[in-house]
Amino acid sequence: MLEACGIGYRYRGKMWLFRDINMRIQPGEIVGLFGPSGSGKTTLAKVMAGYLRPVEGYIVVDGQTSTDRYPFLKRRKLSLTKEKKKGPNPVQLIWQHPENAVNPRWRMSKTLAEAGVTDRHLLHTLGIHDEWLIRRPHELSGGELQRFCLARSLGPQTKYLIADEMTTMLDALTQAQIWHALLHIVKQRQIGLLVISHDKHLLHRISDRLINLNALAAQSAAQSLD
Amino acid sequence: MSHLKRNIVTEDGERFSAGDVPLFKVEGLSLSFRRFQKRMRENDVCVIRNMDLTINAGEIVAIVGASGSGKSLLANAVLGLLPKNAVLGGSIYFQGEVLTPERLHQLRGKEMILIPQSVQALDPLMPSARQVQAVIRSEDKQAVQRDIFAKVGLPQEAGDLYPFELSGGMSRRVLASIAMASQAKLVIADEPTPGLDEKALQEVLEHIKLLAKQGRGMMFITHDISAALQIADQIAVFYAGETIELANVQDFEGRGGKLRHPYTRALWRSLPQNDFVPLAGSQPVAGEYPSGCAFHPRCPLATELCQQQIPELRQVSGGWVRCFYA
Repeated sequence: MLEACGIGYRYRGKMWLFRDINMRIQPGEIVGLFGPSGSGKTTLAKVMAGYLRPVEGYIVVDGQTSTDRYPFLKRRKLSLTKEKKKGPNPVQLIWQHPENAVNPRWRMSKTLAEAGVTDRHLLHTLGIHDEWLIRRPHELSGGELQRFCLARSLGPQTKYLIADEMTTMLDALTQAQIWHALLHIVKQRQIGLLVISHDKHLLHRISDRLINLNALAAQSAAQSLD
Repeated sequence: MSHLKRNIVTEDGERFSAGDVPLFKVEGLSLSFRRFQKRMRENDVCVIRNMDLTINAGEIVAIVGASGSGKSLLANAVLGLLPKNAVLGGSIYFQGEVLTPERLHQLRGKEMILIPQSVQALDPLMPSARQVQAVIRSEDKQAVQRDIFAKVGLPQEAGDLYPFELSGGMSRRVLASIAMASQAKLVIADEPTPGLDEKALQEVLEHIKLLAKQGRGMMFITHDISAALQIADQIAVFYAGETIELANVQDFEGRGGKLRHPYTRALWRSLPQNDFVPLAGSQPVAGEYPSGCAFHPRCPLATELCQQQIPELRQVSGGWVRCFYA
């Protein structure tokens, strides 16, 4: 289970973006998250995926906090950037703009190799053609590139996936293709999925349950008053 | 290409007829990029092949298509923002006259204006009110600008703020204000909606509607069909650099039975609020367009004819389609 326990975050010198957020994602569960722009959805995603260290609270992944998994973090107050010792993070994040998430000078095969993804069956399920592997990012469309980002994050160790506006920049047909492939994999491997989107229709279509980030924040604020 | 003739009443109550001469017309537009290869050999990569479009005054035409279908290139071609190695064919008409490079130079920014996708397009070193006033031709620039700010829901104090002090929503309103302040008859909005939450999205759509109500022709470029359907009068569907269908908004309903082109139908059915069914394959890349109809490798109706010939755009039940079997 991926758990957020009372997490809060604020950028230095700014107001609290959110505070005391509690959230749980079961393996194989698909949770939709929505909220107005600026409500902290992307920041929450980064905290959940270990890109940012929460200012308050902690993230528990299958019973382990990040400092259990990466003891050196206790000594050095760093975010999870150095993960070489224990392998990749079981929580992976997919970004909105795939062109900004891959090295523009590498061929796609190198991008996949860096993440240690060799599963040809996975590539096939995601609809990645073999001839795309020798291309560089600018030779692929946004939809094709996003498939590579998915493949890269779906290594064998991945237990939870956070998709932050993953298909917002894509047309409806490509969006449907990518979601169908991903939902198939997620179901098969019992991966917990957090979907962040503005598209209500999409969230209703794919999620098991929905979370409104604003309501969640208001709820925890009310509880702390009691 | 014929269009419904109709009378449009502008906000000021002024009546004018859309008449026979459309405000803006694209006919058989083609675009390729000339590339030099080894030993000075050159080859042309074709990105737009057969593009047709008409926009009347007061009308919103949404251009829908996947990325790479040539939507933004059309906007850039219209405004003359293409790189030097671009080779343009076909014709673009503005108010019935051919848009030559010289004429374009006079008209753009005055008669034709772009609402860019990114709010970073604002001048970072100029307060927002001055950026709006810069395009106003009348005497009392300040009064006009204040009036427009009130219309789009910007507080007057926002006029003194620099772009970095504005929130995302306010910057978008400033961009809309600039379009409103100008005398432009044709406004091109290039992907103004992705990544917006519901409230901001509705706001942007309202701005576009308001601009059309003032009697301007609107080209609304988007990949979001549901947003397009909310405000557009007509939907142009692009695929692999071609106009494949010109449909009316009412055609998008149910399971897409009224739509004429199999791609449009597939696109409509793939929406999460409809059937959410994907269609295998992907749009061909520029330069690798198949012979015949660009959609035939993915088309359930494709025959040998489709592999050999590019279908002409023809009129079918009140719309236009580029398919032999519509």
